[in-house]
Amino acid sequence: MKLSGAEILWECLVREGVEVVFGYPGGANMPIYDAMLSYPVHHVLVRHEQGAAHMADGYARASGRVGVAMATSGPGATNLVTGIATAMMDSSPTVFITGQVHAHLIGGDAFQETDVTGITLPITKHNYLVTRAEEIAEVVAEAFYIARSGRPGPVLVDICKNAQIEKTEFLYPDEVKLLGYQPPSHAPKADLQKAVELIKMAKRPVILCGHGVIMSGAEEILQHFAVKTNIPVAMTLLGLGAFPASHELSLGMMGMHGEAHCNMAIQNADLLLAFGMRFDDRVTGTLSTYAPGAKKIHIDIDPSEIHKNVKADVPLVGDLKTVVTDLVPLVDEYEHEEWFQQIKAWKADGDARSIMSWPEDGKLHVSHLVHDLWEATAGGAIVTTDVGQHQMWAAQYYFMEKPKRWLSSGGAGTMGFGLPSAIGAWFAQPDEEVWTVVGDGGFQMTQAELSTAVQENANVKIAIMNNNFLGMVRQWQEFFFEKRYSAVNMRTPDFVKIAEAHGIPARLVTKPEEVQDAIAFARNTPGPVLLEFRVEQEEAVFPMVPTGAALDQMLRRPVRDAA
Amino acid sequence: MQYTFIALVEDKPGVLNRVASLFRRRNFNIESLAVGRTEKSGVSRMTIVTNCENDTDAHKIEANLYKLVNVIDVQDVTRQPSVTRDLALIKVKATPEQRSEINNLVAIFRARIVDVAPDSVIVEATGTEDKVEGMIELLRPIGIMEMVRTGQVAMTRGEHCGIRRTPGANGNGWHPEEYVQVG
Repeated sequence: MKLSGAEILWECLVREGVEVVFGYPGGANMPIYDAMLSYPVHHVLVRHEQGAAHMADGYARASGRVGVAMATSGPGATNLVTGIATAMMDSSPTVFITGQVHAHLIGGDAFQETDVTGITLPITKHNYLVTRAEEIAEVVAEAFYIARSGRPGPVLVDICKNAQIEKTEFLYPDEVKLLGYQPPSHAPKADLQKAVELIKMAKRPVILCGHGVIMSGAEEILQHFAVKTNIPVAMTLLGLGAFPASHELSLGMMGMHGEAHCNMAIQNADLLLAFGMRFDDRVTGTLSTYAPGAKKIHIDIDPSEIHKNVKADVPLVGDLKTVVTDLVPLVDEYEHEEWFQQIKAWKADGDARSIMSWPEDGKLHVSHLVHDLWEATAGGAIVTTDVGQHQMWAAQYYFMEKPKRWLSSGGAGTMGFGLPSAIGAWFAQPDEEVWTVVGDGGFQMTQAELSTAVQENANVKIAIMNNNFLGMVRQWQEFFFEKRYSAVNMRTPDFVKIAEAHGIPARLVTKPEEVQDAIAFARNTPGPVLLEFRVEQEEAVFPMVPTGAALDQMLRRPVRDAA
Repeated sequence: MQYTFIALVEDKPGVLNRVASLFRRRNFNIESLAVGRTEKSGVSRMTIVTNCENDTDAHKIEANLYKLVNVIDVQDVTRQPSVTRDLALIKVKATPEQRSEINNLVAIFRARIVDVAPDSVIVEATGTEDKVEGMIELLRPIGIMEMVRTGQVAMTRGEHCGIRRTPGANGNGWHPEEYVQVG
């Protein structure tokens, strides 16, 4: 039977298990939207295409499945760009489907024509321009395969309007075979043996656990490996949740705003086992001074990550879960007692400086609020964030026990990610409690998605940490620009009224004694709820590794301030 | 120093753009790039000459080329026994009296005159980059009006092949018997 290109697209999406699509219709994808009515796929109408991209991304991160977003040609497609770049930097398995003008009009600057495959070439894992209906089935099958396999990432499929309309025979390919694309799985045995030799000899080893652990589904085997070898585990921002925060081997988060004892351990280690992480500048500090005494074992599925930032002594290219599974029977149980004593001493110093040790001062501190939220939700919620101070405090104080619950824009650092990614996560895990912790700046970037949340009755709880500042930029200006505040002071609207205008129950919280009640109100009210917290305005995130410093040269919260 | 890579790529629209874009995106400069069909249908071959500082950078280029879905194989033939050729067409000002002088130079370089016009000739020179450069330098005083070069193409000798540094990449060091099987 012959189907239109648009129908073929939906046939393919249904076969790929797509249940929900986030998008926005327009001139160049109208045949797709028309055909959609005949297929069992739920469409979420967003308010801006960037929201659709972040929702698909959030859906992918919370479920491990491919998230799908749609937009029309021209401005519809270009509005996706920030979201696609965000998904690319954090290797999020996503497929973006854009409409394009008729094939015969391409290159003629037709209405709403933009070179979308050209624009997205450097921010997609791969992309396609489809000009004929006959190509759609194969391209969509390839797109999903590429998006979720190997190192996952965004794939964009740009479909000309004539290809959506034309009719052709529908044949879905049984399997995808790509000559130039065969993701590795096992690492060579000889290299595994070299890694084992280093692990055996190590006196001060640290595992660096990244996003790859979660995407490979390696969290269980990683824990098994860490416990068997008795090696402490540090996590990147996106690795949070890959290893239980409450585990005695957990060192917490590493990097620019990581735990001090974690950074000290990395700098003083004699062996780093980098598992699915890419030595981003935010976790290494200055490269020339990074972990100078440590040998490095680097496991990654992407060969281009090997030696990119840090020279690996033993590179293991393969699927993390497979490689660690191969490693486990080759390693023994080891003692690192002296090492743990040393780490314990560093940790004690950090605890003394912790803001959690401060006495109640009648003010709202984001760290305290996040801690309260963690307690109230028993550490079990899915938490999404925007980017900035609140993001770091959320990472530091919402202790994640499980993977796929911490959703944050790490590589791209995209403000406005919080609310839409939370909506996407809720569609992925509708039975889970979903919170988004955002700042007053980032929230306003994608605030329009409040009405999407209402239309879908998404059970998403929004906690705005309002300090009337772009807090992280303000902090940098305070530390590194002699407190010359430039364009960081922000007059914000009455967020409670904005919520109410959308029909969203909301509360303003200004005092510590109101916090518990407000969180309970949000948790007990079905559907979206907004809480605005007026927090301490000029607080800084500690510890902090300044640009150009070594990882262990952190700015610390002064001890004298502690109780 | 100059590195020479051979890349086999799928013969599809936009692949050249992807490769060129990768060099731009990762901040490497392409000295020359020659692309054409191969003995296999659907497969094109690129010879890419680029300046990079050391083998670490060469590894980066290789590994990033592999990341492109349409790239099938990458070899670094920089230090391998190989034949490299560059072709130049050089239009030289030539009065009838100058033709014999040009003829002599061309003979020494085993180049050819492929077109003769009343006041110019076209010289076709093929060889290593050095040889072509040498030919050009000798023709320059006579008066070069126009010149075009293909950029280098390269092929390893006999059974030699280029270096493949990227572990686990497609078709590279992929010997299943050397890999641990999950039991």
